[in-house]
Amino acid sequence: MSEGQSVLFDVPGPRTRRRNRIIGVVGGALILALLAGLVWGLREQLAPRKWQPFADATTWTAYLLPGLLATLRAAVISVLASSAIGLLLGMGRLSHVKAISWLCGLVVEFFRSVPVLMMMVFSYYAYLSTGLFSGDVLSLMGVVTGLTVYNSCVMAELVRAGVHGLPAGQLEAGQAIGLTHSQVLRSIQLPQAISAMLPSLVSQLVIILKDTALGYMITYPELLRAAQYIDAVYGNLVVGFLIVAVIFYILNWSLTRLAHMLEARLRSRRIAPARIVGPGAPLDEVEIS
Amino acid sequence: MNDLLDLMRQFHILEAFWMTIKISLLGMLGALVLGTVVAVMRVSPIGVFQLFAKAYVSLCVNLPLTLVVFFAFFAMFLLLGIHLAPPGSRNSTEAFLWGVVAIAVYHSGFVAEAIRSGINTVPLGQAEAARAIGLTFGQTLTSVVLPQALRGAISPLGTTANSLVKNTTVLATIGVAEASYQMANMIEFRSDALYAIFFIMAAGFVILTLPLNVFFTRLSTKLAVTR
Amino acid sequence: MFHHFTAATARAAAGAALAFVLVSSMSACSGTSGSSDATGSAQGRIAIGVKLDQPGTSLKVGNDLKGFDADVARYVAAKMGYQPSQIDFKEAVSAQRETMIESGQVKFVVGTYSITDSRKQRVDFAGPYFIAGQDLLVRSDDNSITGPDSLNGKKLCSVTGSTSAQTIKTKYATGVDLQEMDSYSKCVQALAGGQIDALTTDNVILAGYAAQSQYQGKLKLVNKPFTTEKYGIGLKKGDTATCTTLTEAISTMISSGEWQKSVDENLGKGGFTVDTSTNPPTPAANCGN
Repeated sequence: MSEGQSVLFDVPGPRTRRRNRIIGVVGGALILALLAGLVWGLREQLAPRKWQPFADATTWTAYLLPGLLATLRAAVISVLASSAIGLLLGMGRLSHVKAISWLCGLVVEFFRSVPVLMMMVFSYYAYLSTGLFSGDVLSLMGVVTGLTVYNSCVMAELVRAGVHGLPAGQLEAGQAIGLTHSQVLRSIQLPQAISAMLPSLVSQLVIILKDTALGYMITYPELLRAAQYIDAVYGNLVVGFLIVAVIFYILNWSLTRLAHMLEARLRSRRIAPARIVGPGAPLDEVEIS
Repeated sequence: MNDLLDLMRQFHILEAFWMTIKISLLGMLGALVLGTVVAVMRVSPIGVFQLFAKAYVSLCVNLPLTLVVFFAFFAMFLLLGIHLAPPGSRNSTEAFLWGVVAIAVYHSGFVAEAIRSGINTVPLGQAEAARAIGLTFGQTLTSVVLPQALRGAISPLGTTANSLVKNTTVLATIGVAEASYQMANMIEFRSDALYAIFFIMAAGFVILTLPLNVFFTRLSTKLAVTR
Repeated sequence: MFHHFTAATARAAAGAALAFVLVSSMSACSGTSGSSDATGSAQGRIAIGVKLDQPGTSLKVGNDLKGFDADVARYVAAKMGYQPSQIDFKEAVSAQRETMIESGQVKFVVGTYSITDSRKQRVDFAGPYFIAGQDLLVRSDDNSITGPDSLNGKKLCSVTGSTSAQTIKTKYATGVDLQEMDSYSKCVQALAGGQIDALTTDNVILAGYAAQSQYQGKLKLVNKPFTTEKYGIGLKKGDTATCTTLTEAISTMISSGEWQKSVDENLGKGGFTVDTSTNPPTPAANCGN
């Protein structure tokens, strides 16, 4: 990436350097001025007394930590559930039985197109009206269902792409020693595909974690909602937003680092890492947000 | 079937989806423009811009869209009083416009990453050749690197566009009457038809995103740079 | 975020999985609801549904629940033999109240819960214990809004899914510009900031916000209620024994002066005067049937 950058321009001479410095200073000043304007405009919202409640330990123990745990709980349950269901759906899609692969394909294509929020709202009301879940677990199950349905489809696509990305020799060698198609899939292809999926599994956790914030809409007491409870007492939603933003940022940033670390470590194990992503490979279609 | 037609008549479903389409198109346009600017800043020779672009993308990638949308409407409009619509407009217009801004800003981070990854696919020789014939950074970028980078970025851009369409539903949190808002509204008044309501609205999104996927797949095969 | 796939090791997978499980089991141990020990409704405990985000009536402040509704809930629970430490307060958002009662998640709900005919088909009500009315909250310096019919051309805030704003639009002022937010608190901050002209809901809820220290002197109630809301304690249909106990408890609370004390303490500030022609009400002897 750094080579890609530097090659776009020559090593600057003294005049260019001076010009660049001027542009940099002016641009930087502009950005800072905008930020300062924002802070000035919101000065009343950012006043010290609005921050005061966050210096109190009770604010953390009564609101923010439970909110954070609720966020993590929904994310972790969802990532585990969608890994399991995604694996099944992905295997189904790779099945040699046409009906199964077609059906799984249909399910994946349909539910991938349904927005997570919509799925959450629907499952929440479905549980509410059928009485399948109620009380404390109602909104949790609404959030988990919404996240799981969508992310299972993404995982299924990952599994499929992972298997398709393996060298053809794997299948051929398996068949040469007399294994059936499903045996090859289960004992040769899937283990490799799954281990290759690990970094993206962690990345997917970032996406799921961010999407738990949608649970706010169906009264799930996650972080954003915790900020709102605090706001009902102190009227400091802007500061609450900032604190929640920082928490999300730290969590997701660490997870992304973890994903990179896993990836680097996995790559160092192999001499030539089997890169599944290639130009136009189906993996590029995996969701961003 | 009667239930479906009944619902379509009773609630303005098509209008809600038209709202979703408007947000999506404006959001995509905004995200593409902003994202390109940020990507250019990221690869520019000016350190401050690189730093800003890096922080910008990092924020977009790591913060929930819900938070961005809340902040845009609540802090920027309701508290700061920055109006995007002409004076005298209704607050629903402001919510729509601020919602579009939030959608555009959030996704522009992903667009910037897509374009940057596209820039990385352009062989070094291209930029070197451009510099050898005396083109400046701006000229190299706009007439040699970016056109090729955009081609390489089509597949991730398609993914972003697809997510963007679905993410417009988050604007329901600030009362923009798009599809998911309408769905919640319908469920409230016709909870007896819950499943029919969900089916209609979900199908609407399948109809919206499928052509988008086909379009981007076609485009990426058509414009694929064979190397 | 782009997903690059490489081969993986089982060890890394196990480590990540272990981390997930740890986090999830940690979170499973924490209670997120309300100001109680939240150990479930075991022997000798009582679960009561309340609101958590309404200053004046029922607000979660740290680990405590404050407000008029909270006092009523604690008073009647005491009459049933439960000490404050034996109460599990559970959040009962408006849309879930009937379901929580029907499913037995809570013994009863005290949460600015209006007795209406449609609700009476699903739950019974003890009370009323308070008579409220829909009113408007405006800025102190705004004398142009004197009632619901002077709202044409004004920006009116209400919460998503509430019928109170629709009532105004259809009955009083067709030219009103409705703004829906997902919490009263956001409406109030926007009102104080000048981007909204009025907020409508029951007067006690409005009074609670007007009395908050950050808004004192900035906001005022119009004090012309235009509907009648009879607040009752919702409980399971057919549970006559509990209903009788609750009705008696409410009567005692009123006659003993505890009712007045709580009203003065929680609703007296912020320029709100309780309508003494209807308050305190006489609870219906037959559980409102």
